[in-house]
Amino acid sequence: MTVTETPPARQPHTVGAPILEARGVTMRFGGLTAVKDVDMTVNEGEIVGLIGPNGAGKTTFFNCLTGLYKPTEGQVTLSGQVIPPKPRAVVIAGMARTFQNIRLFANMTALENVMVGRYCRTSSLALTSILRGPKFRREEEATRARAQELLDFVGLGDSAESLARNMPYGDQRRLEIARALATDPKLILLDEPTAGMNPQETKQASDLIFRIRDSGLAVVVIEHDMRFIFNLCDRVLCLVRGEVLVQGTPGEVQSDPRVIEAYIGGDDDDDDDDVVAGGATEVRTPPADTVTDPTEEKQ
Amino acid sequence: MTEFLQQIVNGLTLGSLYALIAVGYTVVYGIVQLINFAHGEVFMIGAFGALATWSVLFKGQTGLWVLPIMVIGAVIVSVVTAVVMERIAYRPLRNAPRLAPLITAIGISVFLQEAVRLFYPGAKSKLSFPEIDVVTGAALKIGGLNIQRAAVFTVGSLLLSAVLLWFFVNRTRMGQGMQAVSEDPDTAQLMGINVNRIIVIAFALGAALAAVGGVAQGLLNSNIDFRMGFLAGLKAFTAAVLGGIGNIQGAIVGGLTLGIAESMATQFIPGQFGGSAWKDVWAFVLLILVLVFRPQGLLGARVVDRA
Repeated sequence: MTVTETPPARQPHTVGAPILEARGVTMRFGGLTAVKDVDMTVNEGEIVGLIGPNGAGKTTFFNCLTGLYKPTEGQVTLSGQVIPPKPRAVVIAGMARTFQNIRLFANMTALENVMVGRYCRTSSLALTSILRGPKFRREEEATRARAQELLDFVGLGDSAESLARNMPYGDQRRLEIARALATDPKLILLDEPTAGMNPQETKQASDLIFRIRDSGLAVVVIEHDMRFIFNLCDRVLCLVRGEVLVQGTPGEVQSDPRVIEAYIGGDDDDDDDDVVAGGATEVRTPPADTVTDPTEEKQ
Repeated sequence: MTEFLQQIVNGLTLGSLYALIAVGYTVVYGIVQLINFAHGEVFMIGAFGALATWSVLFKGQTGLWVLPIMVIGAVIVSVVTAVVMERIAYRPLRNAPRLAPLITAIGISVFLQEAVRLFYPGAKSKLSFPEIDVVTGAALKIGGLNIQRAAVFTVGSLLLSAVLLWFFVNRTRMGQGMQAVSEDPDTAQLMGINVNRIIVIAFALGAALAAVGGVAQGLLNSNIDFRMGFLAGLKAFTAAVLGGIGNIQGAIVGGLTLGIAESMATQFIPGQFGGSAWKDVWAFVLLILVLVFRPQGLLGARVVDRA
């Protein structure tokens, strides 16, 4: 990573070797194909946007990448290693995510949430932590310090002791990002990080994402807010009905007639009129992408 | 007044026993939303584990030093039972409809009772539990109160267990992982937490406390039998619900409340509805009243409703 200043949007900057390579990812639920043969490559230091009408399969694709779903076909490679579709393996390999509908540990404090994120990078067993050996103490201290550092990074340094469920909505979103960062990822997947935010907060979110990228991570963002996406991303993929319709630079995607048609022209998308290219409003709806996956949120 | 205090003492003893068992129900429920009806049997097996340890290693000994080894024996037997039970009977049903593991739990409960009855020598009738110096024998008299020596052991064990448990859950990495899994297992996995391991730990933790309870029960009653887990388990489950299922402090508060309520009802409800014959009735009346007016239990259930 050579970029240190906040880079002006849309200007090409140093992009490294591929980190994530998804090949032919397909997810079927019974007769329904929610994600169909999707290829995606993300390079070091790159911010990639994933757009598409509601129900296009964006969140399902994230679920496939992070092992919450086991893709019917295809494979995911992180830094050249094929990762099995199991959440633990994925996070240990270095991929973290946030959720469209915030999923914090509501009854824990902000700091504790982030500390749980360190879980996969710490090793103390129950016994050593009960005996409180010196190793445990050191690890515990390091975990706490790192968690505080991440809270400071996302601008929540003063809310460390607040219970997650009592925090304002925008702060919860940032806390979820801090928790994902705590797993020391090489790549972070953000599922609608600005949903329900006002323009001011959206601006802060972009700044935060740039800072995350500048700290050496690759980022994939799902968003409906087109202005946000086209300002932020180096590359954009547009997913429609589970397939990659178009991919390219923001400029290419923005002006592609098929994308515009997918958003405003199609008549068989159930719920796409709340998303207008260039518009900044996306009303918080129930998890939109789950419309297509009947098995989402088992129980 | 003395009578009142005496009943408080009796109630705390009984309540501590309930609380030791109730923690197991609540910890497991908090993490996998399973009512492990076989948990009462884990408690019973703990008592038999202690007896077996004594019979095999220290037959005839009464020294206090034997007690910790009996407790360790009890804990090992109970924990192994609970872990094997989780692995064989519950894990394959993790994603099955909730009724399936519930019925399985009842099946395991009967299985364990019968296994002990058939295979533990002499377990078809009550077996006497060893007398141990200091913790059994003539009751202590303090200011007109009769305090059974085993009661001191029981309440003491609960206090110690509660402190260790609090420490484990709130101050260790594993405990934090446990809280995370109870709130959201999917997300917990994405933090690199091994959910299966946490579930095993929850079962083991509950079993260890129940085993201590089993020893306490043996010392209090000076005998044990293969059916002892049924009513104790039911009462402890009641205590867990009373305190707010899924909530560890709730299980302890619920256990103590239930114990004291039973003792008080035995002593102070006059006429034909009083006395020990009716104490179970009053215990469940209390449960019903609490559930009517405070369905989440005294301290509130800590179960997260996932979308």
